[in-house]
Amino acid sequence: MLKLSEINSHYGKAHILNNLSFCVGPGEVVSLLGRNGAGKTTTVKSIMQLVRPSSGDVDFEGQSLVRSAPHQVAKLGIGYVPEERRIFTDLTILENLEVGKQPARKGIAPWNQQRLFDIFPNLSERRNNRGKALSGGEQQMLSIARTLMGNPRLLLLDEPSEGIAPVIVEQMVTTILKLKEEGLSVLLSEQNLHFARLVADRAVIIESGEKKFDGTFDELEANTEIRDAYLSV
Amino acid sequence: MGLFIAQLLTGLANAAALFLVASGLSLIFGVTRIVNFAHGSFYMLGAFIGYSLMQVLPGAVGFWSSILLAGLAVGFIGVIVELLVLRPVYKAPELFQLVATFGVILVIQDLALMIWGAEDVLGPRAPGLKGVIRIMDEPVPKFDLALIAITPFVLFALWYLISKTRVGVLVRAATQDREMVGALGVNQSWLFTGVFFLGAALAGLGGAIQLPKGGADLLMDFNILASIFVVVVIGGMGSLPGAYIAAVLISVLNVFGVAYIPQSTLVLMFVVMAVVLTVRPYGLLGREEVAGEHGQVGEPEQPIKPAGRSARILVLVFLIALACLPFVAEPFFTILATDVIVFCLFAASLHFILGLGGLVSFGHAAYFGGGAYVAALLVNYADAPMELAFLMAPIGAGLLAAIIGWLCLRLSGVYFAMLTLALAQLVWSLVFQWDEFTGGDDGLVDIWPPDYLSDTTVYFYFTMVVGIGGIILLRHMAHTPFGYALRASRDSVRQAEATGIHTKRIQWLAFSVAGALAGLAGALFVFSKGSVFPVELEIAKSFDGLIVVFLGGVKTLSGGVVGAAALTLVQDYITRFEYWRLALGLLIIVVVIIAPKGIVGSFRALFENRLGSAGDKPTGGTQ
Amino acid sequence: MSIVLDVQGLSKSFGGVVAVSDVSFTVDKAELLALIGPNGAGKTTCFNMLMGQLAPTAGNVFLNGEKITGMAPRKVWRKGIGRTFQITGTYSSMTVIENVQMALLSHHNRLFDVRHYAHKQYQDEAMQLLELVGMQEQAERACAVLAYGDLKRLELSIALAHNPKLLLMDEPTAGMAPKERIALMQLTADIVKDRQISALFTEHDMDVVFAHAHRVMVLNRGELIANGSVEMVRSNAEVQEVYLGGGNLYNNAADTHHA
Repeated sequence: MLKLSEINSHYGKAHILNNLSFCVGPGEVVSLLGRNGAGKTTTVKSIMQLVRPSSGDVDFEGQSLVRSAPHQVAKLGIGYVPEERRIFTDLTILENLEVGKQPARKGIAPWNQQRLFDIFPNLSERRNNRGKALSGGEQQMLSIARTLMGNPRLLLLDEPSEGIAPVIVEQMVTTILKLKEEGLSVLLSEQNLHFARLVADRAVIIESGEKKFDGTFDELEANTEIRDAYLSV
Repeated sequence: MGLFIAQLLTGLANAAALFLVASGLSLIFGVTRIVNFAHGSFYMLGAFIGYSLMQVLPGAVGFWSSILLAGLAVGFIGVIVELLVLRPVYKAPELFQLVATFGVILVIQDLALMIWGAEDVLGPRAPGLKGVIRIMDEPVPKFDLALIAITPFVLFALWYLISKTRVGVLVRAATQDREMVGALGVNQSWLFTGVFFLGAALAGLGGAIQLPKGGADLLMDFNILASIFVVVVIGGMGSLPGAYIAAVLISVLNVFGVAYIPQSTLVLMFVVMAVVLTVRPYGLLGREEVAGEHGQVGEPEQPIKPAGRSARILVLVFLIALACLPFVAEPFFTILATDVIVFCLFAASLHFILGLGGLVSFGHAAYFGGGAYVAALLVNYADAPMELAFLMAPIGAGLLAAIIGWLCLRLSGVYFAMLTLALAQLVWSLVFQWDEFTGGDDGLVDIWPPDYLSDTTVYFYFTMVVGIGGIILLRHMAHTPFGYALRASRDSVRQAEATGIHTKRIQWLAFSVAGALAGLAGALFVFSKGSVFPVELEIAKSFDGLIVVFLGGVKTLSGGVVGAAALTLVQDYITRFEYWRLALGLLIIVVVIIAPKGIVGSFRALFENRLGSAGDKPTGGTQ
Repeated sequence: MSIVLDVQGLSKSFGGVVAVSDVSFTVDKAELLALIGPNGAGKTTCFNMLMGQLAPTAGNVFLNGEKITGMAPRKVWRKGIGRTFQITGTYSSMTVIENVQMALLSHHNRLFDVRHYAHKQYQDEAMQLLELVGMQEQAERACAVLAYGDLKRLELSIALAHNPKLLLMDEPTAGMAPKERIALMQLTADIVKDRQISALFTEHDMDVVFAHAHRVMVLNRGELIANGSVEMVRSNAEVQEVYLGGGNLYNNAADTHHA
């Protein structure tokens, strides 16, 4: 469904991604793991074309994304939930959802306010509140809901658990699993291994922009070398 | 009573154009974060285009459709400007786009001159609304009443568009985080273009609709600029109702000012603004500007170190060569070099607060002209010797900067910038309108240095010592703890305050120092020319300073000086042509597009690329 | 034990909305105290009141017996409180060592010096502070190119520049990998012990909190609902309900040694 082939990305003079390749299959939840600065956010932004890869290809359902504008990538069916949520704090919840709204897409039950409020009941109660009145957890929910309004086939979640209380992260686990049931594919960039393990089918570990591991969590559990080098506490 | 009401109504009618133009500026700023200095030019174009259309289209229908068509036409001109000039530089560092809009001002000025000529044109009166209506025996033009009736509808339509429609939601979302709007599938380029169209069209409408009252002339662009800044600042950036209230307030006050205190009409507006901002720093209906929003940050500046040995030797060699100039070149070049040094010092002082301090002052000419006027007034009235005048000019300009700085530093970001411009205009209008003291438009003349400095060559050496001394002093300060504290206050106010730095005090002092050195440049200027006129305090002079600092490179230490030298030399050559503004404007736009880091910054980038990225390789963290 | 920070009845409301309500606690000398709670519970508001960024609606803050309520941040800093932020705020146009020198120049009241070169002042002192956090080798690098974890360490060394009595750290390990988190908190714990400094920190990573905090306070909806040892807080039913959840998202006591 999504395939990155030998991506190289720079940020200013810094070489962030180094020949990175991996893929996300239909209906699959893949977790992108690695420490801060490893290049997770740059990977996600390179898919969205918010960062332009200097070489390599990003392929989504047979279509190359490089040289597309971010809004074209979104229109193709990739939903982006950014790091630090980035909701529109001056807009109400309903207005935030309006910004994310895109036409329905074939093969996907179209998202609307009602369906989203069923999943995120907290948002429903506060639908006319401005974004700035929401707590961090609610803002994260809104950020996901806003992106779902675009009826994406693939969801890119960039560090959704960062700075969120464990009890809210547990709700997020339920939400992501529900979305998976709906047939959505998810690429989850995370540092929290506990969280990633609960939702993802597969883990991709990167370090200094290079892929170090690609496999299931059971394989990861068995691979002490990798675990100790990049993840262990 | 009747007269009072009639004047009130005139004020309300005058507010129409002001509101239209100011709301356009506010909209464009909100979404694109560009302070569109060319907005006054759009207003002027609206007036001229409307005038031409009215010559062709007959009757009341023709009149009103001319106004609408003028708005549309200016909207499309705005789109052209956005597509050709601004779109290539959206990714450039913050505020760099300003310089591009200066270029647009110059281009439009000359184009208007070519098409409509230098003569002022009188607007036709509105068919069917030519007469007056008597209200309590006072005549009130029917057209005024029409304007008063129309404006609230425009306000309501704009308000509805922004708060109730999907387009409005997108515009407000883009105001906050445009990159995110794009990532959610909205084509933000077209949103920008659309907003630019709307903003420019509003300015054009404003220009056309005031034709029966004010006509059209080539000075309209700058004349309205200060007023719309004042309106936007008083009303609160981004607030349409605020802009309306402020436009009414300013217009009504202006009418009463003309009637009762005609000598201070220009000053009055700025006094009102100062009062409003003292009570409500972000305007009547504005909200606090949040700095450091997403998508606003440019590349960080590189660390600085004092010049190494080889660089110092290079500069010394250059200075020696410069000192030889009078022996090898015609006197004309010595005078030109004097001008260059004076302007370089002015630019360096602006760069000090703008580059190192991150304080964008739109009104730096106030201190240059202020210093010049202090010196000239002392010579004129107290018969002071030049030495004393030279001492007092920087002190006077520094004090002026201290007062203005104290008022402005209560604000930040674009509010700070606009307030500096408005207060500089206050200084200008004081000088301009206080004829009996300052000579008004006629300026002060016959201000010459004593005999021992009267020779142009000797004065050139004097300028070299004082001017370059000032520049070196500023540079040295950049490397001292004070300069570091100034940069710290720019890089992170929060961190600076949390480690004991009184950021406002540091910035205030730096602002005053910069003002003092600009005043020193002003003193050098006045004794080299023998005269001073209000033009040295004008917006255009401040803009010249901003242009050279940005073109030279804000994020480099020598940017201001290099830019100033380059511009003065280019200007000297280019102004010999008839349509030099057009040429200069296009030149500026081209430089902005091909060298978005400024001259020095772009050269440095080129140099570093040649060396194969000798810079530090980050290990991450920049993701 | 002597009390370094004494907070009494601290409250803050924003236009009628109560953000922090009647919070009282103390911090002992050389104590590493964690403040946890859901997002929006008032942790950052609390911190901002301690440091002077916000003035409390009611209540008082005493540092070593001296009242510091409502003082500006820069004055609180001079009284001896150092702070690190959730999102680092280092000076990106300066080198690593210059960042530390800046704090030292401020500490020595040299901010208005316009004679000497700033980068030549207090070099040794700055270097020692960088060594403390293991950043000495990166001293001359531009701050803008540092990795995030290094920025956090730099921030810690800046916060130590004026020999503070108390460190306030707002989510010190946010945005770091698990390994780095533990390392940074270990470093902090060592500094607390060696220099007899007290530290109060907020955190969402329970692995970090449970491994290093001497004591834990839990804030919910602006009120302190628990204050005690790690074990006590972990087993508190209310804390589990509002914050910790079912325990899937952090290590269990039995397996803290591996993830």
